[in-house]
Amino acid sequence: MKFNRYPVNGFYDELITSGRRARTSAGRLLQCLKKMDQADLQQRKEAAELAIKTMGITFTVYSEGENIDREWPYDIIPRIIPLREWQRIEKGLEQRLTALNHFIDDIYNDQKILKDKVVPASLLKTSSNYRKECQGMKPVFGVWAHICGSDLIRDRDGTIYVLEDNLRVPSGVSYMLENRKVTKRVFPELFEDYNILPMGDYPSHLLDTLSAISPRPMDYPEAVVLTPGIFNSAYFEHAFLAQQMGAELVEGSDLIVGDDDCVYMKTIEGLSRIDVIYRRIDDLFIDPEVFNPDSVLGVPGLMRAWKQGNVALANAPGAGVADDKVVYTYVPEMIRYYLDEDAIIPNVPSFSCADEKQRKHVLANLDKLVVKPANESGGYGMLIGPQSSGRQRTEMARRIKASPRNYIAQPVITLSTVPTICDNSIEPRHVDLRPFTLQSDRTYVTAGGLTRVALVKGSLVVNSSQGGGSKDTWVVGPEK
Amino acid sequence: MLSRVAERMYWFGRYLERMENTSRLVNVNANLLLDLPWVIRHVWDSLINISGSADIFFEKYENAGERNVIRFLLADESYSGSLICSIRMMRENVRTTREIMPSEAWEQINEFYLYARSDVQKALRRKGRHEFLDDTISFCHQITGLLAGCMSHGEAYNFIRIGRNLERADMTTRIVDVGCMNLLTGKEDIPETYDNILWMNVLRSITAYQMYRQHVQDRVNGEDVVEFLMKDVTFPRAVAHCLGELGQCVSQLPRNDHPLRSMTRVQRMISEMDVPKLFENNLHDFIDQLQVELADIHGQVAQTWFDYGPPVQEQNGQTQTQLQK
Repeated sequence: MKFNRYPVNGFYDELITSGRRARTSAGRLLQCLKKMDQADLQQRKEAAELAIKTMGITFTVYSEGENIDREWPYDIIPRIIPLREWQRIEKGLEQRLTALNHFIDDIYNDQKILKDKVVPASLLKTSSNYRKECQGMKPVFGVWAHICGSDLIRDRDGTIYVLEDNLRVPSGVSYMLENRKVTKRVFPELFEDYNILPMGDYPSHLLDTLSAISPRPMDYPEAVVLTPGIFNSAYFEHAFLAQQMGAELVEGSDLIVGDDDCVYMKTIEGLSRIDVIYRRIDDLFIDPEVFNPDSVLGVPGLMRAWKQGNVALANAPGAGVADDKVVYTYVPEMIRYYLDEDAIIPNVPSFSCADEKQRKHVLANLDKLVVKPANESGGYGMLIGPQSSGRQRTEMARRIKASPRNYIAQPVITLSTVPTICDNSIEPRHVDLRPFTLQSDRTYVTAGGLTRVALVKGSLVVNSSQGGGSKDTWVVGPEK
Repeated sequence: MLSRVAERMYWFGRYLERMENTSRLVNVNANLLLDLPWVIRHVWDSLINISGSADIFFEKYENAGERNVIRFLLADESYSGSLICSIRMMRENVRTTREIMPSEAWEQINEFYLYARSDVQKALRRKGRHEFLDDTISFCHQITGLLAGCMSHGEAYNFIRIGRNLERADMTTRIVDVGCMNLLTGKEDIPETYDNILWMNVLRSITAYQMYRQHVQDRVNGEDVVEFLMKDVTFPRAVAHCLGELGQCVSQLPRNDHPLRSMTRVQRMISEMDVPKLFENNLHDFIDQLQVELADIHGQVAQTWFDYGPPVQEQNGQTQTQLQK
């Protein structure tokens, strides 16, 4: 395959400079690709597809009636990040999650940051992820968000921004791990040449993180993964993580809260006590006694058990208060306020529609901005100005005026690209990056993350539920 | 181990065994057909009788000819006992408990599921049938072997074995039952050679022919065959052997009083069984009773390990019943 006609103009490509030279660490990969002809490439692509099929790596799309399982979309050309650049990102992510946890703990206790007027108190009243039931709780180490998936993007000048912090039930880490396995099957020779940081130890770090927050001091606390069940879009991941950690994968109906306010699971030996729950169910569904009374996914009494300190929940209920796109705009201030540091990774400049002046600007420039609902994930309900129709913009303007607090807007960031296999050629496609950060008594960041790629030409939407694919991500150290 | 997971392992074991049994049954009878041109109708509808689903079958199909019976047993998505449904349910039980089995097993199960879905139609025609059924049987052995070699022989594995052996014992009793019915009812118009061939066929349906031959030197005859399939403790598909396996598994599990008691009762029933006498008149009633007892073991297993517990209102067994049916 030749790269001399690869169109790099205008975008930042992760592997190729604007002068069409290989970036740091990308040389050998590109050389290897150059040596391959169309047939070779096709063969490797098919090998990858077969591997994904037989490994049963699937994801689920909500709207697809009967056929709920789809094979995971994956592109064989990896994205490369040089170790030095990665080390800075890693620090930035640690810093950010530390500040976010300070913020959540503060919000549910003294609310100093509101009293000091660094963050407006009105924000809390209108946040749909603020849980008054959590007021006064003090989870161990002051950590509420134990698992965070941050979305990073790179603009055309090469700057990396944090686009979102996912603090509720971030998903994708299993695909990150499986992508690596598939790439090893497809390009074994490159793993010999390159010094690629391994990432396979994530599940054991996750188990350590969970064990550390157990309310009972013991060597092997009983940790479980709580899933909404087989029909959830991330069920594959829930099962995967449980298996990798050697933890039970439980559904709500497997758990019972006893009269002693402790949580038990139903086993063949009888009831057995649980210490830590990695819950992959949204706050509002975890306990029908406290939140949504119709929920059949949750466990009646779970909040009671948590508040009594008899069970640890990861992430803690209410952690989502910091995972709100309006709160997001204050994260750099939080970092300064709690840590007295400047943010290592900047935020994307954002306009908050709650502010009248900013809202006017947004409404006047809908065709140039990206508008996002404050509390949605998965790319739902978003408007990408330059690619929108007049009708879509009118509709969005109506919604913004109806509830300004629920919307923020950002300039369009032209996401960086990575060479991607398209029908008969290799073309640039836009990508983002979701690394995962774990925090309890220690902090751990995955080496790399899940690179998501918008497979449609020119598209900036990378969500797998909306036609996105994925790539393996290599953090590459100095050559051997 | 979670009750829900135990239950799924149990059903996984049953469905895997059912796949193998169904494949073998169809394969052997397709072969028999070549030997016995005059008995065509007879053979195919006896398969429906063995499956115990004549009612469902005749609701959907006019006659029990080869084409209909094969479609019903192998490819009918709406009949829960068909091969394709067994494969789907087997996979579904594993898919929801992936963390329990070695991941290789899941890969192979998933791969086979995809193959079966795309190729089961080939088995409807005589030409591709043998190959597809052979593949299915090999797959069952491959998975059984993989689990025997790579999965800890702990509780989860025990539940798979319980499922397998109950299903197997059930199948053997059905085959014996139908075998006897065919022969006993039409006694006067079946020449002795064919009597012989039919009993051999009963044995072949559960791969028992060779083992029987080693065990019984006399020519193949009904009484010896039934004696062998019911009481032999070494042949894996004989009812006595299945019960022995069950006993082993159950005794390793916690809180096993009730299942154990109900099993011991069946074991006694088999060991006290007087084959020559039953052969004279009510073998069929005896087997009916035996099947009721096997169903009781299932009930005890389910009540002890799957559906027990304090009376919790929210427990709804819906997803579970869907998986079983």
